[in-house]
This record gives sequence, structure tokens and C-alpha cells, in this order.
Amino acid sequence: MKYLALLLVWLVCIGAAPVRLITDLSQRRIDIVYTFKGAELLVFGAIQYPAGGVPDEAPGLAIVVRGPAVPITLRKKRRVAGVWINTDSVRFETAPGFYSVATSAPISTLVDERNAAIWEIGVDYLQLSPTGMDTPEIGNAFQSGLIELRRKAGLYAEHEGGVQVTQNVLYQARIAIPSAVPVGDYTAEIYLIRKGKVIARATSPIHIGKSGFERWVYVAAHRHSLEYGIAAVGLALLAGWGAGLIVRRT
Amino acid sequence: MSIYLPIAEISVNWAIIVLLGALVGFLSGMFGVGGGFLTTPLLIFYGIPPAVAVASSATQITGASVSGALAYWKRGGVDVKMGGVLVAGGFIGAGLGSVLFHWLQQLGQIDVTINLIYVLFLGTVGGLMLKEAVGAVRRQARGTKAPARLHHHNKYIASLPGKMRFYKSGLYISPLAPLLLGVAVGILTVIMGIGGGFILVPAMIFLLGMSTSTVVGTSLFQIIFVTAATTLLHAVESQTVDIVLAILLLSGGVLGAQFGVRAAQKVSPEKLRLGLALLVVGVAVRLAIGLTWRPAELYTVFSG
Repeated sequence: MKYLALLLVWLVCIGAAPVRLITDLSQRRIDIVYTFKGAELLVFGAIQYPAGGVPDEAPGLAIVVRGPAVPITLRKKRRVAGVWINTDSVRFETAPGFYSVATSAPISTLVDERNAAIWEIGVDYLQLSPTGMDTPEIGNAFQSGLIELRRKAGLYAEHEGGVQVTQNVLYQARIAIPSAVPVGDYTAEIYLIRKGKVIARATSPIHIGKSGFERWVYVAAHRHSLEYGIAAVGLALLAGWGAGLIVRRT
Repeated sequence: MSIYLPIAEISVNWAIIVLLGALVGFLSGMFGVGGGFLTTPLLIFYGIPPAVAVASSATQITGASVSGALAYWKRGGVDVKMGGVLVAGGFIGAGLGSVLFHWLQQLGQIDVTINLIYVLFLGTVGGLMLKEAVGAVRRQARGTKAPARLHHHNKYIASLPGKMRFYKSGLYISPLAPLLLGVAVGILTVIMGIGGGFILVPAMIFLLGMSTSTVVGTSLFQIIFVTAATTLLHAVESQTVDIVLAILLLSGGVLGAQFGVRAAQKVSPEKLRLGLALLVVGVAVRLAIGLTWRPAELYTVFSG
């Protein structure tokens, strides 16, 4: 408490309240229903400058939407006796299932390497923690392989210039969520960057989950596997028998 | 047009899946086979995860075989005793196959193994069928008749102990022979997502020497029980049965099969067999190319 009070006194003395980011999302949760084809998440907000002074210089912003990190094993195919089979593998403990970053300027000019690495701004700065490889080079090769794979699937994305800033105060970015996203708890992270350094940051949670029929089927398949299997067989038998009857009548 | 599959966890165009089911149904109606050997690879080409494709294809076959099996049953075309032995073998095979499937999944070789087994089986069976069919078409063109087949007695099968009478099939053989056949087909059902009709039917005719009137009905009888058991195993072991996918395939399949049956009546059986043989060989070649050419993606993600 004492330190906090001292800090406040100090801030008042130098007349510099910190810059704050105010942020909101178009959706706090995204429901995957049977018509789900992907979604677009709108992240927007305002920059609150101390004493209301808006600088003339356009602010640098990076908006990151990050999915849950699920440990995965990445395998590489190699030709053995003429056939391409899975051989070497590397495990990634903290690879996010989804990662998309939008920035107001090219990442290389917006943020310095140290800050990019600390806050994981940019696909190349993701810390995926590869394990189980013989040399770090193999780990790096697999890491690029994984990033390339997920880039193609739309699961890892970079949109340089994807953040629009209005009157140096308001900001917004649209983040595309493809249909193949993993379910779970996501976060939207907003970074205000000046001279390559992160000077303010805000986060906001998002939940992506199956709902309605999709959720019901998924939960049944995982929690009541045997009953689900019996129901699947029953339904298939019924559908096949019923369809046979209909076709024979017509 | 798109629908999100709850277990496969991707959004697909449902019309394409129904059409795919209809195409397979058409061919199966035309050639009198289940068509699982086409469904699974086509689903994988479309982007369904291999494990889900295999499991859901088995579920679809259960449904697709019902009306055929019932029709044969009413005509007395099912040898229940023989079918029972085959089903018992099939259950054992499905159990063994499931252990194998799980082990391969953990090794991370399931996708490659599914493809390899496909190439091996379709290549062999398709090659044999092609040889037989080309011979038949040539003989037909020359106007000569096929050499009359003697009642088959395979000497290895005849030497198996403990013979039993199968009245409907007109056989006096050891039940070990159909049991082992059932085991083999059961393993393939679990790993490949096929009914196994295109292996069962020739094996029952040429290896066991069953009378042809009960072969198809009995094979359908076996397929229903073994694919149902396979669905249960996949549902419990790996939660890979996508019921939405199976129902979509089924709805297209039933319609397609009707057209296939009508189309088949306009073509001579020799040409039909040749067409089926070419189809099987074609799928095998396509899969072999996939295995031996440098893949577009060298890396594959396995969760866990």
C-alpha cells in the first residue's frame, strides 16, 4: 500500500498518468452451430491519453487474438523404400491452436525484436517450445513447418495494416476466425506501441464453443461413448431400412 | 449449403457429401458391392480426418446393407449358421483390428498404414478381378463359353479339423475356415472402414466353395453385424464416429443405389465385372501415387 501511494504521489508530481487502452469486442463468445462457416471478430476501442492530450503522431497498435495452447506432436514424412511415411517427430508444448495478429504498420518497423519476443507479436515470434528433437536446427525446421501448415489452414495469420486508427484515438480490427478453429478459451490482446516499445496493454477474453446440436453430439460422443455408438448404429439401421422402404414404394 | 460436422470438426458442403454418397451408392448398386473401399479414400481426399473417415464409413455401410440383407433374408438367401460363424470371426477380428488401430494411432502411422493396406488389397483384388474379367470379355467376343467350374475343394481347407454341415450353403467343412475368413475381414473393417464384401464374396465362392445362391445374402448378414461392432469400437475407443457425416452419406447412397441397379440391367455382367475391376485398380493406383510421390505437405499434426 505504501509503495502504491508513493507511486501515485510520484505520478502526480511528474504529471504523467499512464496511457490507457479501452477495448471491447463484437462478441464475447462465438457459438459453433451446424451452420458455422467461420466468423469475423471485431476488436475495437479507444486510447485514453493522460490529461486528454492527443498526440499528432499516429499511435502504433497490434491486436493479437490467441487460441488455447494444446500440446501437439508434429511428424515429418520421409521417403522410406519408395513410400512417404511419418518418421521424425517433434512435440510442441505451447503452440496456440489459433493465432492472428493485426497491426497498424509493418511488424518490423512497428515493434523492436525484444518487445516482439516478449509479447509474441508476429507469427515468427511465437514461442512454441519444441521438445524431443536432436538438435535446435531440427526444432527450428519443424517450427517453420508447423507455422506454414497452420498459415495455409488460416489458423495462423498476420494482417499488417489491419488495424484502422481514427483521429489517433479510436482503433478497430477485424479478425477472421476460420471454420476449423479449435474450441476453447481465447484472448484478444491489444498493444499500444511507441518507438518500438509496448507502453500499454489490455486483454479481453473470448470463448469459442460448440452449442446446440453440435455440442450435444460432441458431448454425447465423448462422455457417453457406448450409448452414442449404439445410437449411431440404431440410427444408421433405421435410416437404411426406412430409405429402402420409401424407394421401393416409389 | 455448408454444414459443420460435430466430430470431424470441419465445415463441409453437405451437397458434396450427399453426392459422394450417391456416386458410391450408384456404383455399389451397379456392381453389387458395398462401396466402403471408395467412401473412405474419397472422404480423405475431401479433407475429413482419416480416423473419422474410417469410422463413419463403417457406420454408413451398416445402414446401406440393411435393405439388401432383408430382401435376401425374405428369399431365404441367408445361411444363418454360416453367417453366425463368419460374424463370430468378424467380432474377434474387429477386436484385434481395434488394438492394432490404437497402436498405429499412437505410433503416428495410421494415415500411412490405411493408405498402404488400401493399395495392397485393392491392387491385389483388383488385379485378379481384371485378369478374370478381361478373359471373360474376350471369351464372350470369341463366342466361346467359360470353362465349367468343378465344385471347389481347397485341399488346405479340407484338411482343417472338426467338420460341420452347412445345409443351406451345401457344405461339409470345418467351421475354422469361415471363422478365419471372418477374422481377416473384421480386421480390415476396423482399419479400412470397409464392409469387405469384395473380399468376402470371392473368398466364399472360390475358397469355401459355397453355393452362389446364399453367398451375397450371407455376406451382407456378416457385414451388418461386423460394421455395427466396428462403429461401437471406434465410438468407445477413439470417439471418431461422426453420425452427421454417416447420415449424409447414407441419404445419398440409398438413392444412388437405385439408379445403379437400373443401370446395371442394361449392361452385360462381363462388362460390369470389367468396370468394377478397372474402378478398384484405379483407386489403388491413385492411392499408390499419393504414397510414392512427394506429398504437398511433409508435416502432419497429431494432437496429444
